[in-house]
Amino acid sequence: MRDVAIIGIGIIKFGELWEKSLRDMAVEAALNCLTDAGTDRADSVTIGCMSSGVFNGQEHLASLIPDYLGKNNIPATRVESACASGGLAVRNAYMEVASGLSDYSLAIGVEKMTDVSTGMATYALATACDRDYEAFHGITFPGLYAMLARAHMERYDTTREQLAQVAVKNHSNGALNPFAQYPFPVTQEAVLSSTMIADPLRLLDCSPITDGAAAVLLTTVEEAKKFKSSPMVIIRGVGSATDTLALSQRKDMLELGAVKKAVHRALKMAGKKIQDIDFAEVHDCFTISEILVMETIGIVKPGQGGPATIDGLTALDGKFPLNPSGGLKSKGHPVGASGVAQVYEAVSQLRGESGKRQLNNPKLALTQNMGGSGGSCVCHVLEVKD
Amino acid sequence: MIGIIGYGTQIPRYRIKVEEIAKVWGADASAIKRGLNLNEKSVPAPDEDCATLSVNAALNALKRASIDPKKIGAVYVGSESHPYAVKPTGTIVSEALGICPRVHTADLEFACKAGTEGMFIALQLVKSGAVTCALAIGADTSQGAPGDALEYSASAGAAAFIMGAENLIAELVETDCYMTDTPDFWRRENAHYPEHGGRFTGEPAYMKHVTGAVLAILEKTGTKPEDFDYLIFHQPNGKFPVQVAKKLGFKEPQYRYGLLTPTLGNTYSGSSPMGLAATLDEAKPDQTILLVSYGSGAGSDAFIFRTTERLLKVRKHAPKVRKQLDEHRYYLEYGAYAKFRRKILKPE
Amino acid sequence: MNVPKHWRAIPERYRMEAGKCRKCGEISFPSRLICPACNHNEFDLVNLSGKGKLLTHTIIRTAPEGFGDFAPYAVGIVELEEGVRIMGQITDCDPEKLKTGDKLTSKFRRMNEEGKTGMIMYSYKFVPDIGI
Repeated sequence: MRDVAIIGIGIIKFGELWEKSLRDMAVEAALNCLTDAGTDRADSVTIGCMSSGVFNGQEHLASLIPDYLGKNNIPATRVESACASGGLAVRNAYMEVASGLSDYSLAIGVEKMTDVSTGMATYALATACDRDYEAFHGITFPGLYAMLARAHMERYDTTREQLAQVAVKNHSNGALNPFAQYPFPVTQEAVLSSTMIADPLRLLDCSPITDGAAAVLLTTVEEAKKFKSSPMVIIRGVGSATDTLALSQRKDMLELGAVKKAVHRALKMAGKKIQDIDFAEVHDCFTISEILVMETIGIVKPGQGGPATIDGLTALDGKFPLNPSGGLKSKGHPVGASGVAQVYEAVSQLRGESGKRQLNNPKLALTQNMGGSGGSCVCHVLEVKD
Repeated sequence: MIGIIGYGTQIPRYRIKVEEIAKVWGADASAIKRGLNLNEKSVPAPDEDCATLSVNAALNALKRASIDPKKIGAVYVGSESHPYAVKPTGTIVSEALGICPRVHTADLEFACKAGTEGMFIALQLVKSGAVTCALAIGADTSQGAPGDALEYSASAGAAAFIMGAENLIAELVETDCYMTDTPDFWRRENAHYPEHGGRFTGEPAYMKHVTGAVLAILEKTGTKPEDFDYLIFHQPNGKFPVQVAKKLGFKEPQYRYGLLTPTLGNTYSGSSPMGLAATLDEAKPDQTILLVSYGSGAGSDAFIFRTTERLLKVRKHAPKVRKQLDEHRYYLEYGAYAKFRRKILKPE
Repeated sequence: MNVPKHWRAIPERYRMEAGKCRKCGEISFPSRLICPACNHNEFDLVNLSGKGKLLTHTIIRTAPEGFGDFAPYAVGIVELEEGVRIMGQITDCDPEKLKTGDKLTSKFRRMNEEGKTGMIMYSYKFVPDIGI
């Protein structure tokens, strides 16, 4: 296998993009990425998108996106693993390059979620859980994570304030991100008094419904040497794993098995430990998710995620910053795009291009992108070459 | 010998009081309560309908009958609120109970008499030997038009009876019927609410047919009102059954267990079968029970049952009617009631 | 149109039919073709008791399409006597008063419908096990 580097990153401003279509967003992010790379070469393209069929009545993105990108004749693949579709797209592009099938491979994540009513969007998202044994019973994603939150609160005495602090921290980061959907700070009080969605989770515990797209261009480390404008970021580790689709079928629902294995695989491939990582972009689709993930991947012991968040461990100036981008919470969560947007942020930070939210000289980053209630997970370990 | 081998009921947990309805329509609650002998009624939850009430009542009946459900060869569901106009409720019940596929089933409709129609057919099929056991259910989630007198009484509930020839808890002594074409109450195809003949529903309809059925079965069996330990009449309100019972020479102790309407309302097809279940909950062995239904349109079925020793054994296997009626009630305001009963216009 | 999809699931939804592995005894709900515990592939169909205790729950206030008339409603994960864990709605209760560990039992209820004129879908739900 060949070593793979990321030479281009592109994103668009996340939000309710009434004037932009699915194809507009994907193409815009891809063009931004190619511009950043300084080449328009892509031998293949992978599109991560969760549910354009339900959101937009449009499948066959593997034809549509290259078509509108002006690259009609290249091999294209659309991948789907719910909210981990973006991470999976990056992994697929990695495999294209590492295997030698492509020298330059583009990964695009996109989701256009506001073409349907909120009820329909909730329905579309619920297709990521077990349709026949979960969604059939009227459960929603906030509901699934709310059940996890209740279980965590009862087992570890995690408090509502600790959950709220995840949102406060991520909004504080997102306020510094020009691409964020909600680039403003929120207070504990605002989170704790926001509308109850699924007890005990409130509106500001939930990532929003977002239109957005992001793209990254991958090539071999050898080829990457030709591009000198930015520091080279190398994909050191790739890890992917799955767990039962239905939450009820897990032996311990508070242990995210897929996340644990995916992170382990990515770190092992990179030859690193979690302690070596300087910062991570993690899948905070709900406040409880970030706490569960930081415990699962070993940043803190089980039950310590809440107190550690309050103590500032994961803040921008903490010892282990999580979601400097603002995370899915503040930056927005266009489901199929989020995994690619995480890689965008990791590369931007490693290059030192993150402006007001720039971390102090990070070298090693982890991205963790998961699908559903943890039924799938894709992780990447990225390192900037000195 | 044939008769009942198991019985069970289901009553929703929600209630609405006469006062709450009267308040909305500017009616005199105390006059309605006094005039109809009616205080409150059951209201089905948004996730309950005739099929769910039937299944849950039948599961209770199955617990008391303690038989392999495959022994049930016929299933009849009597209701005027079947969830589908075309597509049987009986198939849903049979599938949920694990009776399918070798079973005969039919949905019956005869206003408030559909439940006892099923019981009549089930008993005759067992008697003929065509089936080993048969299940009959009376169930309704009826609606009175908003503001109409029926809105105060139209309620929800189901009673299920499994008939058989072995291990009887109540032996069938006799049956009889009394029926004429009397349009006192009806609902036309595609109409949401029923219409009725007002005071015409009393004397020439309810009174005449109940009286006719009682006199017919008394004559057929050579019995007198005082020969019965218990009496259950169909109870569209709390007033009619008491009036006709007194006129025929029955006394309050005879209908004290079977008269449920004052706090249940009229469960239509479930009404007199529910009264029979409540009576079986309290009867001693070797007591005689007279059951007379009434369905608008109009007719009455009459049954005489005699309880057995086994009744005492099986009773505890499922909840009693009074427990379902009196415990864990949630009282609704009219707004929530209107939402539950889909009386609020919403976009499709 | 969900007719075949719902019809196929009727044994599970109407009477909680599960698969019991002939080799290791593990009960799977829904039944599977391969036992998740031992990978064996022969099963006996069993009906679950429907009785169990609440492991965790939530109250859905923003409901997905088709469930708006029921909101707010509780959904929980229930561990049945047989050890099987099932997600289901908890009805006939004050959702605010539900607690982890509450004893529940199953009831047959209406889940959803395909609009006012479409098929009605029925299924198990859970209710507090209070002998009613």
